[in-house]
Amino acid sequence: MSLLELKNISKIYGELKALDNVNIKVEKGEWVAIMGPSGSGKSTMMNIIGCMDKPSLGEVLLDGVDISKESSKKLTEIRRDKIGLIFQQFHMVNYLTAVENVMVSQYYHSMPDEEEALEALGRVGLRERAKHLPSQLSGGEQQRVCVARALINAPELILADEPTGNLDEDNENIVLDLFRQLHREGTTLIVVTHDPEVAEIINENFQE
Amino acid sequence: MSRRKMFLKMVTASLLRRRSRMLIALLSIAIGATILSGLVTIYYDVPRQMGAQFRGYGANMILVPSGEEKMTLEKARECLSVIPEDQLLGATPYRYANVEMTSRQRTFVAAATDFEQVQATSPYFAVEGRWPEGDREVLVGKETAETIGVKLNNVIELSYKPEDTYVKNTLNMTVVGILETGGDEEAYIFTTLKAMDALTGVSGQLDVMEMSVSAASEELENYVAEISEKNSDMSARLVKRVTKSETTVLAKLQSLVFLVTAVVLLLTMICVSTTMMAVVSERRKEIGLRKALGASDQSIRAEFLGEGMFLGLLGGILGTALGFAFAQVVSVNVFGSSITFQPLLLPITVIVSMGIAALSCLLPIRRAIEIDPALVLKGE
Repeated sequence: MSLLELKNISKIYGELKALDNVNIKVEKGEWVAIMGPSGSGKSTMMNIIGCMDKPSLGEVLLDGVDISKESSKKLTEIRRDKIGLIFQQFHMVNYLTAVENVMVSQYYHSMPDEEEALEALGRVGLRERAKHLPSQLSGGEQQRVCVARALINAPELILADEPTGNLDEDNENIVLDLFRQLHREGTTLIVVTHDPEVAEIINENFQE
Repeated sequence: MSRRKMFLKMVTASLLRRRSRMLIALLSIAIGATILSGLVTIYYDVPRQMGAQFRGYGANMILVPSGEEKMTLEKARECLSVIPEDQLLGATPYRYANVEMTSRQRTFVAAATDFEQVQATSPYFAVEGRWPEGDREVLVGKETAETIGVKLNNVIELSYKPEDTYVKNTLNMTVVGILETGGDEEAYIFTTLKAMDALTGVSGQLDVMEMSVSAASEELENYVAEISEKNSDMSARLVKRVTKSETTVLAKLQSLVFLVTAVVLLLTMICVSTTMMAVVSERRKEIGLRKALGASDQSIRAEFLGEGMFLGLLGGILGTALGFAFAQVVSVNVFGSSITFQPLLLPITVIVSMGIAALSCLLPIRRAIEIDPALVLKGE
């Protein structure tokens, strides 16, 4: 059984079809890239996979269960329990330190554990920066904190939207290395990107 | 770390590390709480303050015998025992008799009393000269003094003929003061009770006892009922002219305080609500992020309510202190006396401030809950 399966998904806004009959299967442990130019519907698809939006037509099967008709409350629960999100703009709570930002994710999921959050920051090489506020971290460091935050609740799926879009080459490599490592450990990753070089690194990709 | 600790950490960090916007909200709540605590202090202290002021306008309760018999000083004192000593500011006995001023061949009303008590119950009595100190000294009302042409230090002869005899009792008295009250008392001649006893030949009798009691009208009515109930031969009454105007002024003043407090709290609510709306607008991305991370509507609601109520707590404590200082200044300047801090004021002000802050957050929270994470977090 696939971890994720989109069956004949369409998203229609009035006259506009943002997604038109899309099908995709992602198996457990796969690293998939969703590629396409701006306006091609990548973000819409990411929102549907990330349980932040519902398709107009079709089915979204997560662990074999159709979640396309679920209420937004239920979708929030699914997102919290099964999906780790990484954004292009990093998006951190700017008045909380790096470790507190990781703990926010634990707080909504189950129980905040500072030691565990510090370990996650250690995995992305930022343990010594744990007490720094986002404004005291570089863009690359902020994105690594976001990777730690996405990992902290051991989600079944990590969904990253242009995760290297705002990073310089060095930081891009660090983040992609982290993804590679996660992939080796068996984490399922879906990366939305318009960068062919990023897509190339990803061993299996999906063209819209 | 427990969830509660993390919740408190998020709430306090949000307020302490994002000071500028929150300071405005805190200031609004503190000002509201200051007015609330200040006016409530005045509200509760005004009856005492005004009561003390009104006591300057004369007695507010009188005691008279209900039957034909006159009362005695002992009986009157027994009746007064129902009023706590600290509330009984003065009790002035009066005995009246028609006396004749021999040299003028005219009859006047003589009022015998205790001059020390008169000064307590009727502080507005103005005396030209001095108050009598001995039993052969009298005060003459201004009207009488003008009618008969009596001046300070004149000696007048007063006589009284008891009903059952043909012999007049006569006393020579020195006028030591001319009394001005603006009322009927200006027609009287005031003597001591002992002098009246000597004149009439009957001692220990009183016609009326005038009391000045520092109590609210409801309490006064209770005392009146209790005195009349315990002593069937006595009747206590309120001086309606004084107690009614006191009650009316207090009611008007308290309504004004209530109205001002309500308006200020409403303005505080609008100000806090507007600030919190701006805060929600500023933090759209953060709220979206929290939702994307799995925050339920209830979590978002709890966090904003928590922030609002924490602001209410701080503003309430600050406002209580400032409000007391404000009330103290008002009390000293308006009533000329200081007020004591009511410990209950702190929890009341804090609870009301927290409640106002929580109410002010309701609309902003609704806006926060409506935020769609997909919209606010999308990449550029």
